[in-house]
This record gives sequence, C-alpha cells and structure tokens, in this order.
Amino acid sequence: MLTDPWPTAFLFFAAAAVLPLLPKGLLRALLLLVVPLAAAWQIWTLDLGTFAQVEFIGFQLDLMRVDKLSRVFGLIFCLAAFLGNLYAWHVRDPVQQVAALLYAGSAIGAVFAGDLITLFFYWEGTAIASVFLIWARGTKAAYHTGMRYLIIQIGSGVILLAGVVLLYRETGSIAFERMTLGSVATWLIFISFGIKCAFPLLHNWLQDSYPAATVTGTVILSAFTTKLAVYALARGFAGTEILIYIGTIMTLFPIFFAEIENDLRRVLAYSLNNQLGFMVVGIGIGTEMALNGTASHAFAHILYKALLFMSVGAVLYRTGTSKASELGGLYRTMPLTAMFCLVGAASISAFPLFSGFVTKSLILDEAGAGHHPYVWAALVFASAGVLSHSGIKIPYFTFFAHDSGKRPAEAPTHMLWAMGITAFLCIAIGVYPDPLYALLPYPVEFHPYTMGHVVGQLQLLCFALLAFGVLMRTGIHPPEIRAINLDTDWTYRRFMPAVVTRVADAVSQFWSAKMRFWLRRVEAVVGRLFQVYGPEGRVAQSSPTGAMVLWIAVFLGVTLIVSFLS
Amino acid sequence: MASETTHHVAMTLADHLPVLQVLVPFVAAPLVVLLGSRKLAWPLAFAASAVAFVISVLLLMRVIDGSVISYHIGGWAPPLGIEYRIDAANAFVLMLVTGISTIVLPYARESIAQEVPQRHHTLFYACYLLCVTGLLGVAATGDAFNVFVFLEISSLSTYVLIAQGSYRDRRALTAAYDYLIMGTIGATFFVIGLGLLYMATGTLNMADIAARIADQGSNRTIHAAFAFIVVGMGLKVAVYPVHAWLPNAYTYAPSAVTAFLAATATKVAVYVMLRFMFSIFKPSFDFEVETLELIILPFAIIAMFAASFIAVFQTDLKRMLAYSSVAQIGYILLGIAFLSETGLTAAIVHLFNHGITKAVLFMGVGALVYRSGGSFYDRVCGLGRSMPWTSAAMVIGGLSLIGVPGTAGFVSKWVLVQAALEKGWWPVAILIVLSSLLAVIYVWRMVEALYLAPAPEGRQATEINAWMLGPIWIMALACIYFGLATDVTLTSAQSAAQGLLGGFTELH
Repeated sequence: MLTDPWPTAFLFFAAAAVLPLLPKGLLRALLLLVVPLAAAWQIWTLDLGTFAQVEFIGFQLDLMRVDKLSRVFGLIFCLAAFLGNLYAWHVRDPVQQVAALLYAGSAIGAVFAGDLITLFFYWEGTAIASVFLIWARGTKAAYHTGMRYLIIQIGSGVILLAGVVLLYRETGSIAFERMTLGSVATWLIFISFGIKCAFPLLHNWLQDSYPAATVTGTVILSAFTTKLAVYALARGFAGTEILIYIGTIMTLFPIFFAEIENDLRRVLAYSLNNQLGFMVVGIGIGTEMALNGTASHAFAHILYKALLFMSVGAVLYRTGTSKASELGGLYRTMPLTAMFCLVGAASISAFPLFSGFVTKSLILDEAGAGHHPYVWAALVFASAGVLSHSGIKIPYFTFFAHDSGKRPAEAPTHMLWAMGITAFLCIAIGVYPDPLYALLPYPVEFHPYTMGHVVGQLQLLCFALLAFGVLMRTGIHPPEIRAINLDTDWTYRRFMPAVVTRVADAVSQFWSAKMRFWLRRVEAVVGRLFQVYGPEGRVAQSSPTGAMVLWIAVFLGVTLIVSFLS
Repeated sequence: MASETTHHVAMTLADHLPVLQVLVPFVAAPLVVLLGSRKLAWPLAFAASAVAFVISVLLLMRVIDGSVISYHIGGWAPPLGIEYRIDAANAFVLMLVTGISTIVLPYARESIAQEVPQRHHTLFYACYLLCVTGLLGVAATGDAFNVFVFLEISSLSTYVLIAQGSYRDRRALTAAYDYLIMGTIGATFFVIGLGLLYMATGTLNMADIAARIADQGSNRTIHAAFAFIVVGMGLKVAVYPVHAWLPNAYTYAPSAVTAFLAATATKVAVYVMLRFMFSIFKPSFDFEVETLELIILPFAIIAMFAASFIAVFQTDLKRMLAYSSVAQIGYILLGIAFLSETGLTAAIVHLFNHGITKAVLFMGVGALVYRSGGSFYDRVCGLGRSMPWTSAAMVIGGLSLIGVPGTAGFVSKWVLVQAALEKGWWPVAILIVLSSLLAVIYVWRMVEALYLAPAPEGRQATEINAWMLGPIWIMALACIYFGLATDVTLTSAQSAAQGLLGGFTELH
C-alpha cells in the first residue's frame, strides 16, 4: 500500500489544496502548469497494472488501474490540462484555478478508476468542480446556466449510483468492466454515461453551458466531461450495437443547428457534439480497430477542439463578442490567432496532414469494413458538414468575410503559446501519426496515407470548398455589414434543403412547448407545497402547546391499538 | 464473563470506569457552583468533559470486540442493586456524547460569553455538566428506573439551557416551556411504561426484565408497557407527529446548546428506544413488529419528506437545520423499523454521523449569528466571502447532510439503502434517495445564500477566532474522515447492532 504510487488524481487534489496558500500571481500559475506535466510523467512511467487499492465500506476500490485504454485517455487529459492552464495564465481568480485543478484531477481519477464506486466519486467530482468554471463568469445568465448544468450532471451521477447499486445486487461485483445491456442496472449506467456523452435528446446541457463559461473555462470544459463519457462507454459498452445508430444520429443532427447558429462558441459546442458521434460509432462497432479509432480520435479531437475554442476565445477576449454577425476581417490584426484557427479548422475537417485525417479514417474504414454502408455514408455526409460549419464558418466569419472594422490587438503571448503548441501537435499527429498509434489500446496496422484515403478525402473537401466558394461569389453581397451574417445564412440555407430548417424548427418548438408545459406543472406543484410546508404553512407553524399534547394523545392511542390488536 | 468474577474484588481504578464515566461530570457540576468563580467555571467544565471523553474511549476499546462490562453500584448485585452495563452499543453513545461535549465546549466559551450574561455563566456550565451527566447516565445504566432518573436530570437541565437563549430572543422561553410540557409528558409515559413492566415482571433490572419476558411470553400488560415506552421515548426522539417541540427549541437555544443537543440528546433517546425495543422486548414479538411496520415506518418516511419540505421553504437557516434534524431522525427510525442487523447498523451509524454533521452545521450557524446578529437567510447572505473558513466548514457539513460520497452522511445512507434492498423494499430505497434530493435543495439554498447572494451594505463581518473555528473544523474534518475511513464507525455499529439483537441472554 505504502510502496504503491499515489493515484494521479491525488496530485491534482494536493495541488488544489496547496494553491490558495501560495502567494497570488506567478507561483500559482506555475503550479497549474507543473502539476499536469508531473501527472503526465507519472502516467508515462507507471507500469500497466492496478495500484492503490483501498477498502471502503467493505468494498475493494481500485483507485489506479493503468491499462492501455486508460493510459491514452489519462495522458491526453494531462496534456489538455496543461494547455488549458497555459491558455489561462492570465487568470488570477483562485476559484477558477482550484476548480480547473479539481476538474482535471477528477476526470483523470475517473479514467483510472478500476471499479464503479470510484468512478462514481470522480464522476460527481467532475460535475461539481466544473460548474465553477461556468459560474466564474459572474453573470446572472451564467449562474442559471450553471445551475441547469449542475442539476443534469449530478443527476447523471445519481443515475449511475442507482445503476451501480442494482448491478452490485445482481452480480455481487463492482468492477468496472465490459457490460451488456439488458438489465435495469446496465441501462441506468448506460443512460448515465449517455447524459455525460450528450446523446441526442440528452445533449442540451452541452450547448447550453459551454458557451456560457468564461473564455478560459470553455477551453477546459471542452476537454474533459464528454471525453470522460466516451472513455466510460468504450470501457463499459464497447460493441453495443445501438451505439452505432446513436452515434450516427449524433454526427448528423448538430450540423443543422451549427449552420444556423450565430454565436461561434455555440457553433463549436454543436460541432463538438458531432465529433463525439464519430467516437460513439467507433465504440458501437467495437472491433479493436474501431476502438483504436475512438481513442485516437478522442486524443486528436481534444487538441483541435481546444485549439478552436482557444482561438474563438482569444477573439472574445479581445473584442468582447463571439457572434459571427459582429466579427470579420480580424486577420489583419490577429494574424497568428487566425493561422492557428485555420490549423484547428483543417484538423477538424480532416485535411490530409492534419490530425483529424489520421484518426477519423480509422473509424470510417471500420464502418465500411463492418458492413454498415448507411452508417458509412452518413458519416461521410457528416464529415462534409463538419467542414462546412467548423472548417469554414468559424475561421471565415471571424477572420475574413467582410471587415467588421474591429482592430483588436493580437492575442496575449501566453494564449499564443498555448495555441501554438496545440497547433503544432495537431500537425505533428497528422504528419507523423505513429507515436499516437503506438499509444493506442490495440496494435495498429493502418496506413492513413494511401491513395484511396487521400484522394477520397480531398474530393470531399475540394467539392465542399468549391461549392462554398461558388455560393459566396454568386451570393448576394449586401452593402450593410451587419446584414452579412443573416445574408450568408440565407445563402447557406439554399445550399441545404429547406426542409431541414423546418424540421429543426418544429423539433425545437415541440421541445420548448413540452418544457413550458412541464415548467407550469412544476410551478403549480411547488406552489402547493409552499402553501403547506412554507414558513407560514400549516405544517411548519409552531403549534400551541395544547395541539402538541393532542398529537401525543393520538400517537399513544394509535400505538396502543396497534399493539393490542396484534 | 470477566465481569462476573471481578465485581467484588474490583478494585483498580480501571474497574471503576463505568461509574466514573457518569460521576466525573456529576461531581464537577456542583463544584462549579460551589466555587462560584466565573473564571474557573469553564476550565472545570472542560476538564470534566475531557476526562469523561477519555474514559469513554477506554470503555469503547474494552467492549468493541462484543464483550460486556457489568458494574455493580456499591457492590450490590443485580437485580436488587443498580447495575451499569457497558457494551458496544452504549459505549459508542457514551463516546459520542462526551466527544461532542468536549469539542463544543471551547466553542461555547466564546459564543456563551456573547449570548448569556456573565453572572449566569457558573450556573450555565453547571447545567451543561448536569445535562452531560444525565445523558451519560441514561446510556450507561442497566437499570430501567435509573434510565428514568437520569433522563429527568438531563431533561430538566436541558430546559434551563434552552431558556438561556432568551437574552437574545424571548421566544426561547416559550420554546423551553413547550419542551418542558412535552418532555414531562414523555417522561411520564416512559415511567408509566416502566411501572407496567414492573407489574408484569417484578423487576427493574433490564437484563432481568428481558429474561422474564422471554420466559413468560407477552401479555396485555407488556403490550401496554411497550406502547407507553415507545411513545414516551418517541417524544424525546422527536418522532414525526410529536416532534413539534424540536424546531423552536433548536432555533431559540444558544448556539452552543443547540449544537450539543442536536448532536447528542435525541441520539441518546434513540439509544434508549433501541435498548428497549431490541434487548428488553424481542423483535420476534408480533406487537413489536406491527408497531414498527405500521407506525414507526410510515411516520419515519413522512418525516423524511414533510420535514425536508419545510426545511426547503424555511427562511431561517437555524430553523431549516432544525427541521432537517427531524427528517434525519426519520432515517434513523427507518433503519430501526427494518428490524434487521443491517438496518440497525445503519441506524446506529447514522446516529453518529448525523450527530457530527449537525454539530458542524449548528456551530457554523452559531458563528454566523455571532457575527451577523441573525440566522435569517437575508442576514447571513454573502458571508461566504467575509467568513471563508466558517462557510467552507458549513459546506462540508451540508454535503455530509445530503450524503455526498466521501462524507460521513454517505456511509450511513449507503448502509440504509442496502438494508432496504436486503429486505426487498424497493420503494423505500427509492424514497430514501428521493428525500436526499430534497436535502440537496435546502443545502443548496444555504450555499447560495453564503456564496452567491450579495452581502448587505455596511455589514462588517470578520472571521471568528480560533476558539470557535477549531471545534467547527474538528467536526468538519471528522465528517470527511468518517466518510473515508469507515472501519471505525461501521465496525462498532455492527458490533453494537449484534449486541442489541443478541440481547442479554448470554449473561443470564
């Protein structure tokens, strides 16, 4: 026990405990950078195996199960924590700093959890720690968003716990291993993972909360929660067929929302959802290669998604807005940020030589090989969608398009460094994927740069770009700058069948109507409860002494009767 | 049965521990008054309490393996003489009472100095010690009538202690009066129950009563005795429909008194209830099963929800905690009503865990009142920034109250849910979880007021000093410690549960 290494998560927790004691400023920021590096080093040097086993209410908890799957997720989480903290170098708010440490620590702890109870602990830990990144923004809207986020995340944890308890009653084991859907217990666990993974119809918290967090908070948020869920699914439900279809839907539906959304951070949140879909499909296929694809795609995705959030965040930081309609032409004064954003965009669109290409094709190939032609087609279509909303829309409307007249300064140096390193990694993985492949859970026999892959992907990308170009050229260019976004939106919608928007409208209207209905119901119930239980209510009033005594008489009478009758 | 051979020749100090446990605070109480020094009152009270705590730890260490110490007062053998019996169950309670008392006292030193006029301090500490004495006596004794005597000692001193809140809010007087009426009725019912038992068995020694009931089986007199004892103790426990004294008493008593009483008084009453239900009456009796399943169980569940709803809507933080106590007592009673070893373990563990949790919270509220002058939400809002340590401890206490994993509250709720599932009572397990969600809401309201609501203009609140902060944090850390290291509490509780279910049969 004593000779065992510390669980990596504890490094983060210890740092979080120490941080408020350090003097404000440099030392704290440095601690935030050192800890993820130390953690990554620890994970890297640990042998595979299970460490740090403790007893808890009669259960054996495995706090540190290192195998190839958990190691790759652990490493990327450390890397993401490092980059996020570097990006947040300027933040001097101890609440955000501690929250970031606890959040990353919990996520890493969850990844290495060898049993479901430990997983549950950390599962709730990520929920509680991360909400402070949303609240840190300090606005009323952020507060309410954070509240909604917290309720859903905690709810997911409670469902998980319920599932764990049931599973324990059924099987007598709390080990976190592969499960098969079938019993109530496994379904509960599945749904709990699904909430965190933002399955369709369980996804609303994501688009609600990520754009509401602070500039730096969003970057950190984007890395952990959903990818933790992807890991949990890969660990627990690999090869579960329903995941293929869930994943396919996930890749498709956010596209439409992303196209019509104006807030760029929300666009990114939708595209995050779409990217998760690819990973979920990979888990659903469940072959070794598909799981490799999921793990590597999660790895690459954390990096390029962080990069995109960073660049949009830097713009938000400098200009105070992330609305497409208010931005444009920023490449003049923020050339480096623009360049990094393009790298991120190229990665997410899976351009050859960028990270998305070498990871996504693993999943696509498996979908094709596994005789899921429709799934494969849908994923290809979704890839085109990604290109359109993340690959083109984000950089185009932020840095190019029509000049918004804004001349913000270039992003601060530490942000540039954070983006630079991330961009470098995106390209490095794309150019030389072998080290990443070596990290994956199963041996990789895969060559991304074959004629078929490259040409196929380039065809897709070139035609999408061409179409976009043609439409922009022939589209109506209004003289009013403010109208640009709306106008392009309109062009865009011509691009797609008009039906899509209508369907999206109908769905959202149905949802809001349903929400309104339930809200009114809930309000009525709470009102009635308040009448009875509120401070002035019948039950809560201090009763006169006589009434109390009357109750005693009643209580005694009832007890006597019961005891006599039996 | 080492005790059988040692009681007449017992004559090292260690053999007298059972009686010293009660005697130390009992002698210290008049001493405080006789010395009459305001300066010496507190140190004396603290010393007595600390010694009692050490004794209780020694006792627990001796009996944790399931053995029993039988001490005969004055060398008179039971059933004629009065017997003190220490087993795992009451050693656990003794440790809780003395531990909480010792930790609350440094806190009381500061808060009482502000809340009670100085001329009453000697009497206050004397009453406090008497209250401790009464609670310890109730737990330690093996003689049924002796329980009543000590119960009255603790109750009478409790009324006085609660009334001390009147210097801050006059409503403390009515609260104390109501409690006096209710408590007296409860004690009367209890003694009527004892009378009936005596009538049926002709003895007052608990072990003896148990043996005779086991021999002769049940009859109408014993049924009635059971009902009276359950209702009488139910009053002291604050079982739901007869809980009405509790919210006011807790709200208006001085902070230190509330913290002490909330953590110990109801818990000792629960212990007495357990002792009578499981050791004296046997759970195999039909009337007991029926009473538990038809009365205690439904009322426990009602308490879990009704009191939680009231807590959710409260505007006064201290009162909210008082109602949450009523709800938490519901969990303890639920554990008892399962009539199984796991259920009983859950009840005993929760008794302990809820004790330390409420101690943190009530001391924390006391600290907030100490600085802001009131416990209404609008008075304490924004104090999270100016009193970070107190508020952080309260958050820990709040998490434990909800039963968040990693805190003490989780352990007991976990065992409780296990007990429900063991019985196959699914709906009850679900209700336990649902009512915990209500706790999330009311604890959240506290956190929201402390951290997120803006502070009123012009309030100058600073962090309290170490005398008060120390006890709060000892308790807060205990909440986490017992949430992670579950061996101590679970082992002793299990041992206690087995002892209670085993009854006295192994001795007689």
